[in-house]
Amino acid sequence: MSFLSKLEETLICLKAGKVTLPYPAQAQPVPEKFRGRPIFDAAKCIGCAGCANNCPAREILVFDPCQEMRILQYLGRRCTYCGRCADVCPEKAITMSMEFENATNQIRDLGQKLELFMSTCQRCGRCFKGASVIEELKMKGYRSDDIQSERWIYRSQAFLEGEPVVDDIQIELD
Amino acid sequence: MLKNLCQRMFGRSLWVYHANSGGCNGCDIEVLNVLTPYYDVERFGIKLVGSPRHADVMLCQGPAMRSTAQALKRAYEAMPAPKLVFAIGSCACGGGVWFDSYSVLGPVEKVVPVSFYIPGCPPRPEAIIYGVAVALGLVDKKASPVEFKQTEFPVPQYHPRDLRREGDMVVYEKVEKV
Repeated sequence: MSFLSKLEETLICLKAGKVTLPYPAQAQPVPEKFRGRPIFDAAKCIGCAGCANNCPAREILVFDPCQEMRILQYLGRRCTYCGRCADVCPEKAITMSMEFENATNQIRDLGQKLELFMSTCQRCGRCFKGASVIEELKMKGYRSDDIQSERWIYRSQAFLEGEPVVDDIQIELD
Repeated sequence: MLKNLCQRMFGRSLWVYHANSGGCNGCDIEVLNVLTPYYDVERFGIKLVGSPRHADVMLCQGPAMRSTAQALKRAYEAMPAPKLVFAIGSCACGGGVWFDSYSVLGPVEKVVPVSFYIPGCPPRPEAIIYGVAVALGLVDKKASPVEFKQTEFPVPQYHPRDLRREGDMVVYEKVEKV
């Protein structure tokens, strides 16, 4: 009886055949609606920073070195590939690509950096107007995140006044 | 000679230890998926072991949390000397969505030195295999930093020098461009 069951098992195994994918040798297609790494099209980007304000991981940093210049930095390290930046982009400058082979030994390889020219409003002299009155109070036209140490700063005033901002917690490890 | 022979014999067998320091188990499931016959990483000699003392590679998932940072560091120090650390998932690479929460310290590279990053939330099993293949030298990495700089102003700007008197009216010359 046990011999017969072994024989049956062998038949089942033969019927299954080889299922292992030859992955790194052959490319593996992804599903149609797969969201991979977002690609920023710098020719279409108008620098509205809607992606930066909507990113749940707060990893698109905006820095205005002067009134007519804006630096958008996508870090790529804590991106959850949710696609909200691509949804909110008015110019469709962000596309969620099919790239998933992003493994690297340098975390800076995942970043994308755009340096854009901005027009100045001829009335208020700022780059653009906020969505609501509260937004205007918070932002005042500029944002200056800390690009050097990759920190996201919510209020631009905090950067100037040295208030406590979102920072790394320091604990002692023995 | 014997050393070279040993390196050739054992160079490709990585024994991995699976350390979750506060993730959501999504990356855990993908790592277990990699070990199934469908993706079968044992053809690269990769085997899951239960103790960090047996392991060559630590697969870190989840951010470095305040409560688990010391345990993660002890597990890293328990591994024998030629050791690699893979950061799998967005949490381990960069701290995840809750990177500024009070209990999250940030990416695992704040606690242990990370040698390879595999981003994704969670990364596909293929992406994890790709990271392992990059570490083994089977394939080259594809990611590279992108930097774009505009050199000239893309939109034509209004300037009074383009105003022209035409009879009684003042016409702006480049009106269709603006």
